[in-house]
Amino acid sequence: MDFTRRNILALGSGAFAVATFAGLPAFASKTDDAIAAFTGGADVSDGGVVMTAPEIAENGNTVPVAVSAPGAVSIMVLATGNPTPAVATFNFGPLAGARSGSTRIRLAKTQDVIAIAKMEDGTFRRAGATVKVTIGGCGG
Amino acid sequence: MEFKTLLTSVAIVAFSAGVVSAQEDATLAIEGEVISTSAKAPAFADNLDTVYSGWLFRKNETRALQTDDFDNPAFVFVDQGIDLFEKVDGTEGKACASCHEDVEDFAGLRPTMPRVEDGTLVTMENLVNECRTERMGAEPWKYSGGQMTSVTALIGLQSRGMSVNVAVDGDAAPFFDRGKELYYQRVGQLDMACSNCHEDNYGTMIRADHLSQGNINGFPTYRLKNAKLNSAHARFKGCMKNIRATPFKEGGDEFKALELYLAARGNGLSVETPSVRN
Amino acid sequence: MAKGVKPRVKVPKTAAAGDVITIKTLISHKMESGVRKDGDGNVIPRSIINRFVADFNGQNVIDVTLEPAISTNPYFQFDAMVPEAGEFKFTWYDDDGSVYETSKKIKIA
Repeated sequence: MDFTRRNILALGSGAFAVATFAGLPAFASKTDDAIAAFTGGADVSDGGVVMTAPEIAENGNTVPVAVSAPGAVSIMVLATGNPTPAVATFNFGPLAGARSGSTRIRLAKTQDVIAIAKMEDGTFRRAGATVKVTIGGCGG
Repeated sequence: MEFKTLLTSVAIVAFSAGVVSAQEDATLAIEGEVISTSAKAPAFADNLDTVYSGWLFRKNETRALQTDDFDNPAFVFVDQGIDLFEKVDGTEGKACASCHEDVEDFAGLRPTMPRVEDGTLVTMENLVNECRTERMGAEPWKYSGGQMTSVTALIGLQSRGMSVNVAVDGDAAPFFDRGKELYYQRVGQLDMACSNCHEDNYGTMIRADHLSQGNINGFPTYRLKNAKLNSAHARFKGCMKNIRATPFKEGGDEFKALELYLAARGNGLSVETPSVRN
Repeated sequence: MAKGVKPRVKVPKTAAAGDVITIKTLISHKMESGVRKDGDGNVIPRSIINRFVADFNGQNVIDVTLEPAISTNPYFQFDAMVPEAGEFKFTWYDDDGSVYETSKKIKIA
């Protein structure tokens, strides 16, 4: 797919347009809504989840991220600054060797990427990382 | 050496967050095999002491993708290249593999390309299409299309780790001279030559991009930007658009001459096909 | 079926019973987000792989829900427990209803 710089910018500015139109709280709530849908409104505490992502992504089109949460039954990854925050949800089966997974994701702009883990005891934990997205000056 | 130190410090000033400079002492090992990423510049490259692979100019995450043939997304296209290599096409009922039984026999070809045959400068893409039209009775592939780049990546891979060694004298001399002329010729609304970025300013930032020397030892290359294999000519076209020039034709005489000159500037670097860049 | 979809998986050939092994998977797919527009300004319809499942001898290892923010040519790395010799089965589900499958056997050494 030609996910060119311009398209990525369009993604980013799309998010911005939505945010501007509806006011910033509405934008923030997209992430909150996604979290609420996952947790059913339960409290989410920090810690117990490790999220690995580059401090600066060379290209927002392919950003490697890894999540790990011992004792988790599932981990949801959200990109808070994308037009749609949902990225992926890892659900672990009986033969999962570790409660962890890695993938490559698209980020429209510099933003926080967060992971919410649903634990075996029914509680929820979270971790996050800020990823700076550098957009090429001369991407050709 | 003073120049290098200066470049490094410029990079540090520009990006205190730890931008990797070409001068950093990093080693590229692909599947555990070490590949050299710098070489003494050829004598004709008057303004360079050392030639560096574009790999050195990338950040650690991008570099890492090239060190493992599974993590390198280009290999999904190499797999497609294997299928295409074995697929019968055209009126003669032949596949590439009908004549070239073992693709590994192409080891050693990529480092010598492009080269002059009977007075004509030919690229890897030309060789593939010549086989298709002359021996298979098949339609030629689009110069930078997905089928072509999959197969040129597969063929190039057979020479990974070998030193680029493109001939610049004899029959090749006039094409080399033409390529050099194009390299230093200012074009487009921004009135820039290849050399302005890739010779005068490599190692520095152009906005958020880290400028490389523009060596083509890793082509076709998988770019994170468009998530596919890119031919050298497609990349040249992108550069020309950026300086607001009217690009030459992919597969045309100008780009072929430029490819010869650029490949030769990287003589001594290792073939990295298929590389990963941003 | 989307054009040119090809899965790749990396699984060790052998393991000891009870071992945890690392698996990597990659599949060629455009992952069209549904947000982009074509040259005429029309939105290009979403076309992604929306689910990836890895099973071993019929038991689940991992079941991933994918959204359009997953990069072109989706890549996953995860760990699996190998209780006995058998076969891993990998399945990718496309928006268009296509299902792509591949499998890998593993021996106990």
